Amino acid sequence: MKHSCLKETQSLFNIPRISRRFIRVWQRNLAVYQKTWKVSFLPPLLEPFFYLMAFGVGLSSLVGGVPYRGFKTSYMGFIAPALIAINIMNNAFFENTYTSFVRMYYQKTFDAMLATPLSLEEIITGEIMWGATKSVIATVIIQGVISLFGLIRYPQGMLILPLSFLGGIAFGSLGMYITSIMPNIELFNIPVFLLITPMFLFSETFFPIENLPLWVQKLSFIFPLTHLVRLTRSLSFGFIDAGMLWNVAYLIAFSLIFFPLALVKMHRRLIK
Amino acid sequence: MQYVVEAENLRKIFDNFVAVDGISFYVHPGECFGILGPNGAGKTSTIRMTYGFSPITSGSLKVFGLDITKSWREIRARIGVCQQENNLDTDLTVQGNLETFARYFNIPKKEARARAQSLLEFIALDHRKNDDVVELSGGLNRRLILARALINNPDLLILDEPTTGLDPQSRHQVWARLEELRAKGISILLTTHYMDEASRLCDRLIIMDHGRILIQGKPVDLIQKQIGHSIIEIDGPSPELRAYVQAQHLDYEDIGHRLIIYSWNRDDGGKLFHRICDHFPQEGCILRMATLEDVFLKLTGRELRE
Repeated sequence: MKHSCLKETQSLFNIPRISRRFIRVWQRNLAVYQKTWKVSFLPPLLEPFFYLMAFGVGLSSLVGGVPYRGFKTSYMGFIAPALIAINIMNNAFFENTYTSFVRMYYQKTFDAMLATPLSLEEIITGEIMWGATKSVIATVIIQGVISLFGLIRYPQGMLILPLSFLGGIAFGSLGMYITSIMPNIELFNIPVFLLITPMFLFSETFFPIENLPLWVQKLSFIFPLTHLVRLTRSLSFGFIDAGMLWNVAYLIAFSLIFFPLALVKMHRRLIK
Repeated sequence: MQYVVEAENLRKIFDNFVAVDGISFYVHPGECFGILGPNGAGKTSTIRMTYGFSPITSGSLKVFGLDITKSWREIRARIGVCQQENNLDTDLTVQGNLETFARYFNIPKKEARARAQSLLEFIALDHRKNDDVVELSGGLNRRLILARALINNPDLLILDEPTTGLDPQSRHQVWARLEELRAKGISILLTTHYMDEASRLCDRLIIMDHGRILIQGKPVDLIQKQIGHSIIEIDGPSPELRAYVQAQHLDYEDIGHRLIIYSWNRDDGGKLFHRICDHFPQEGCILRMATLEDVFLKLTGRELRE
């Protein structure tokens, strides 16, 4: 017990071991992305089309309008910002779970990097920054598509881009934390099933949260996605108000918990 | 004179297992220094501490006169490491591997490209530079890992079992490259399971077991001190021959199906060999030079590890 306490403090002291060099890890991932960008480009380009066709067009005739901030909006307009938020979540989360796990566990990429002047903390930071970058890239593409439908109001909508980076850090840190404690790759199904799927469905994504029982409403405020959806939706409709600061604060707080946690746990996993 | 590696009373303890148990050794500049030992002896743990991958538990470890716990980044910038696993970046091409690795050392892009090119020529892999590394054979993988370890022009090269699993041609290729590097004055620290590799490459070496150093010195001296000059091996000795050997007051080892007789000087070994051949012409008996492998087996025993 005493021994593990010692390890913990050692890892905490290692946080100053992050220099700008983490960019090198980010650049490595960018170089790989550039090799396959033509394929990586397609999902964020096509997915909003599918969703907007299925839910927006197919379902909206049944649903009609949705009440939002005291006025009635089209169902397509209601879910479009949620699609952006979901993609921010998915891109960072899956990059820093499955893909980072493959690099760490199967390809031993981190081991190779640890023979260079990079610290483990820089490697993990680079990975999380890259996950957030993928969220930004996906947001640019999706937002472009959705804007063609006239569903985003500008200039307020431009703020979704920096927001997608913050959201990416939050979900990427969560993903990296899960990666650090995951014994094998098959088990990622569990956090996907227990975290990502409920968030996808119950974070005010496809229907207003007031339609749900009170306890589900309360629970959904723990979900970072709820806060992200509220922000993307407000900005898409052109609203900017003080209440949104709470949502931003929640995402920052979430990142401030899971980012250091991911560093500490990764250190404990890999530095032996 | 400053040592390249200076380990004093170095210890590594995992949760409740002592992997390295207070060892001290020194690597001189320009020297090729070997760490030998059976599986689990503590070789890889020692190597990993030397390049700042594993934190040391106690003792002191200096590389280029710098403390590894404090100056790990500076030290890593001046060493090249070939880890045991093949951990080339499979998402990148041959050239991409070298250039991406160069970036980890903050080597500017243009310089990185030039170094990658000359290293690809050095390992004769220039014609495959745009291939994905998954297409490379085991031998080419190893050569590329060696090239990757050289991308920062290191002063010290650390090799953890550089030729394990390679065919003879590839091993000799790697050895030839390492000898070239040594001739240029690069210091080398290596672990190996192959005694012929250690004899050929190492100026000095240590043999470890159970986390401790059993012996250290130059390969030739170790053989002379521990084994002598030559060895007579008798395969499947008859009871008569065994009795004959027992009666001669020889330094020998009986491992059941085989007798191994150590002979301290050249003439004695030769004479004894001829006597045995004359008296027991049916027996399978050979006379050979003592090797490092004999030293290794004598010191670490013949039982299987792990």
